[in-house]
Amino acid sequence: MKLTLHIWRQTNPDESGTFETHSVKGSPDMSFMELLDVLNEDLISLGKTAIAFDYDCREGICGACSLVINGIPHGPQKATTTCQLYLREFNDGDELWIEPWRVGAFPIIRDLVVDRSAFDRIIQSGGYISARTGAAPDANTMPVSKDDADLAFDSATCIGCGACAAACPNASASLFVAAKITHLGLLPQGQPERHSRVQQMLSAMQNEGFGSCSNHRECEVVCPKSIKIDRIARLNRDLMVSLT
Amino acid sequence: MSDLHANEPTGPLENRWTKHRFDMALVNPANRKKYRIIVVGTGLAGGSAAASLGEMGYQVKSFCFQDSPRRAHSIAAQGGINASKNYQSDGDSVWRLFYDTIKGGDFRARESNVYRLAEISESIIDQAVSQGVPFAREYNGLLANRSFGGAQVSRTFYARGQTGQQLLLGSYQALSRQIDAGTVQVFPRTEMLELVMIDGRARGIITRNLVDGKIETHTADCVVLSTGGYGNVYYLSTNAKGCNASAAWRAHRHGAAFANPSFTQIHPTCIPQAGTHQSKLTLMSESLRNDGRVWVPRSPDDCDKDPADIAETNRYYFLEERYPAFGNLVPRDIASRAAKTVCDDGLGVGPVIDEQRRGVYLDFAQAINDLGEDVIRERYDNLFQMYDRITGKNPYRTPMRIYPATHYVMGGLWVDYNLMTNIDGLFAIGEVNFSDHGANRLGASALMQGLADGYFITPSVVSNYLAQHKPDPIDNDHPDVQIAQKIVEKRIERLLNAPNAKTPPDVFHRRLGKIIWEHCGMSRSPEGLKQALKEIPKLRKQFWDEVKVTGSGEEFNQTLERAGRVADFLELGELMCHDALERNESCGSHARVDHLTSEGEVKRDDENYSYISAWQWSGDPSEPTLQKEQLRFEFVKPSIRSYK
Repeated sequence: MKLTLHIWRQTNPDESGTFETHSVKGSPDMSFMELLDVLNEDLISLGKTAIAFDYDCREGICGACSLVINGIPHGPQKATTTCQLYLREFNDGDELWIEPWRVGAFPIIRDLVVDRSAFDRIIQSGGYISARTGAAPDANTMPVSKDDADLAFDSATCIGCGACAAACPNASASLFVAAKITHLGLLPQGQPERHSRVQQMLSAMQNEGFGSCSNHRECEVVCPKSIKIDRIARLNRDLMVSLT
Repeated sequence: MSDLHANEPTGPLENRWTKHRFDMALVNPANRKKYRIIVVGTGLAGGSAAASLGEMGYQVKSFCFQDSPRRAHSIAAQGGINASKNYQSDGDSVWRLFYDTIKGGDFRARESNVYRLAEISESIIDQAVSQGVPFAREYNGLLANRSFGGAQVSRTFYARGQTGQQLLLGSYQALSRQIDAGTVQVFPRTEMLELVMIDGRARGIITRNLVDGKIETHTADCVVLSTGGYGNVYYLSTNAKGCNASAAWRAHRHGAAFANPSFTQIHPTCIPQAGTHQSKLTLMSESLRNDGRVWVPRSPDDCDKDPADIAETNRYYFLEERYPAFGNLVPRDIASRAAKTVCDDGLGVGPVIDEQRRGVYLDFAQAINDLGEDVIRERYDNLFQMYDRITGKNPYRTPMRIYPATHYVMGGLWVDYNLMTNIDGLFAIGEVNFSDHGANRLGASALMQGLADGYFITPSVVSNYLAQHKPDPIDNDHPDVQIAQKIVEKRIERLLNAPNAKTPPDVFHRRLGKIIWEHCGMSRSPEGLKQALKEIPKLRKQFWDEVKVTGSGEEFNQTLERAGRVADFLELGELMCHDALERNESCGSHARVDHLTSEGEVKRDDENYSYISAWQWSGDPSEPTLQKEQLRFEFVKPSIRSYK
C-alpha cells in the first residue's frame, strides 16, 4: 500500500518548521513506526538527515512515542499508542499529516520530538508516597479492598505520554495529574499526604504553563490507556476538600 | 588461575548477609553529603539505588538516555515479581526460593548471592506496597499470588499484566521525591560514552547530551552502572529500541571482566516475526502459561488449517506430555527449546519464513470454558489487547500464535559479593551484571533482582566502599579526564566520517542479529560458532568502512546514537560466540548440540565446567582472555535439572 505523508520538520526551536512531503510504500502488518524507520533508512542512504521522532519500547507501555496523525494524538485507533498503530488501519492512497505534540509546556526539540520534562517536574512536586527505603511494615498489614485496588490500578496505568495535553484545547495536564491523584488517593498508604499532594501537583501544573480543565473531554478520547475524566472530578473534589 | 575474588562471606548461608552488613563500614550521616555518586540508568535497579542513596544523604547524579527516567525498559516487564512470603501457605520459604533459583540457573551461580536474593525478596514487596504499587488483591484485601515457571508454589506478586510498569513507577516516584529534595540531580537525554579512570579507580563518566550533542564530564567518588541487558545484540528481541550494551562495554574495555556473555535467555512466548521490516518482538508474559495450554497439530498436514478445525485428539500438547510434573510451567529454556524442536520437526504453525513455520499455539479456550471469560479478562486483558493490536486476531476467540524470542541476558559484567566489578569503585547492578541467575533466569525474578540490588544491597555496599575513601573532588582539567574526552570525540568523528560511507547503521545491526540468532541462539554448534567468529569480524570491518551517518555530532542525531551502539554490539557479539565455543557442555540456556542427552535435554559437565567464565579485554576483540571463577557448592548438591 502507498501512503503520502506530510511530516513536520524543524531543525531546532529557534528556527521555524515546515511540512515535508514523502511518498512511502508499506504493508498492512507493518507498524507506523516501522514505516518511518524504512523512510529514514532511505533518507540516510540519500545523504539526508533522518526524521527525528521519539520511541523506545514499541509495545505501548513506555509512553515515549508521541505523534499527532491527522490531528489526533496517537492517531485514529482508540486506546492505542502511536507505536501500536498498524498500517492495516489505513487504506492504500491515504494522505496523512504527522506532527509533534503541540503544547506550550512541551517545547519542541527537533522535528517530531518535544521536551516533556514538565511532566517529570509535576511528579517531583508531590506525585509520590513518601516511603523511606527499608522502613515499610509487612505488606499484608494494610489490607486494600479489591475494588479500591482495581480502581487504583486503572488510574496507575497512565504512561505519561502527554496525549491528553496535546488533545486539550487548553493544553491542560489535568487528566495526567488526576490519574496520579486518583491512584495514590485510593490507597490507604496515600492518605497521609492526600491534601498536600493535590495542591502541590496542581500548583506545579500551573507553573509549567498548562491550562486548566473546562470539560472538553478531548483527553479521554485519545488516552491510550482509556483513563476517563471521572478522575478529574475526583481531582477537583480532593482539591476542594484540601482547601477546607 | 584467576585474579577475581568473589569476596563471599563464610559461615552458614542463612547468616552471611546479616553478618556482612555488620562487618561492612558505614558513613556517618553528617559526612554523607560530602560524597558524590553517579548512577547510570534509571530502571528498577538504577532508579531505586539513586533514590535510596539520595535518601541517605549522598549527592547523587542519575543519568538516562530516554527523555524521562520513567521510560526505562523495566517498564515493559509484565508478569510478576517473586518473593518468599509464603502468603499462600503452600510450602514456600527463603530456602525454597533460593533452591528453585539456583536449580533454575542450572547450578551455574554463586550460592551466597542467590541466597541473599531470596532473603531480600520479602522486603521488596513491603517496600513496593508502602509506595502505593497497586498489586492484585484477593477479596479479603490481602495480596494475591500466581504461579510462574520453574516453581511448584504460588509466590509471584503481580499487577495485572504490567507489574514492571507499576514497580518502576514506584521507584521513579521515590526518585522524583529525592530530586525534589535536592539530593539527586537527574540528567535525561544524556548518554554515557566513556568511563573516567584515575589511579585505577572509576571516578566519573563522559556523557553526550543527546539534544545539543555537547560532550560533558561528570566526576564522582564512585560509579554505579545499571544500564540493563544486551539482548538487542540479536537486533530482534523484546528489548526497547534504545537498549544497548555501550556503558557496560566501555567498562569492559577498561578492564572490567564480562561474565558468561553467551548465557542469553530466549523467552518461549513472544509474538512471532511478521516480516523483514520488523523492528522488535513483543513479549507475551509467562503468566499466560498459568492458564493457556501450548500445542501444535500432531500432523504436519494440519499445520496450515484453522486451529478451530483441528480435533482435540489431533493436538499435541507437547509441554504437558513431555514434562508432566511442570507441564506448561516448565522454565523458559526448556519451553523455548521444546517449541523450537517441534517446529524443526515440521509441526509449526503460521506463515512460512525462511522455509519454516515458526509458531506454536497458546490456547485459552479451556480456561475460558472452565473459569469464564470475565476471569481471564481480569487477569490478562491488557496482554490480550496488545496481541490483538499487533496481529489483528482476538485471543478470546482463537489461540495465540507464539514463538521464542530473545528477552533477557543472564550474562553481564562480573561482580563480587559487593556488586563491585573488578574495577575499583565501579559497581554494576540489575540486568547489567551477571550474578544470581546462573545459566537460566526463572520468570518473575528479574524484577526481584533489580530491586534487591537497588534498594537493599547498593546502599550498604556503596557506603562500605565510600567509607574507605576520602571524598576528593576531581578537576575537569585532570589529564585522565582529558584523555577520556578525546576518546569520545575521536570515536564520534570516526562514525561520522567512514571512508566509504554508504550503509545506514541499522542494516549492519540486522546482519549481525541474523548471524548471532542463527549460531548463538537457542542451539549452538562448534561449526556454527566458528562460522560466526569468521563472519562477525568481517562485518565489523565493513561497518567501520561503510557506515553512513548523516547530520553532525552537535545536534539531535538519532542515527549517530544508533551507530555508536551497533559498533559496540559488533564487538560484544563476537565475545558471546567465543564464550559459547569455549564452554563444551550444555547448561540452562546454553545448549550445545554436541552435548545433549539422547532425549535432547541439556547435559552439564560439572567436573570440568562448574565455573563462571570471566572474559577480559585484550585490546583485540577477536582475542579475549579467559579467567575462570570456580563455583563451589557447599549447601546444594548440583543434580540433573529435571522438570518431568
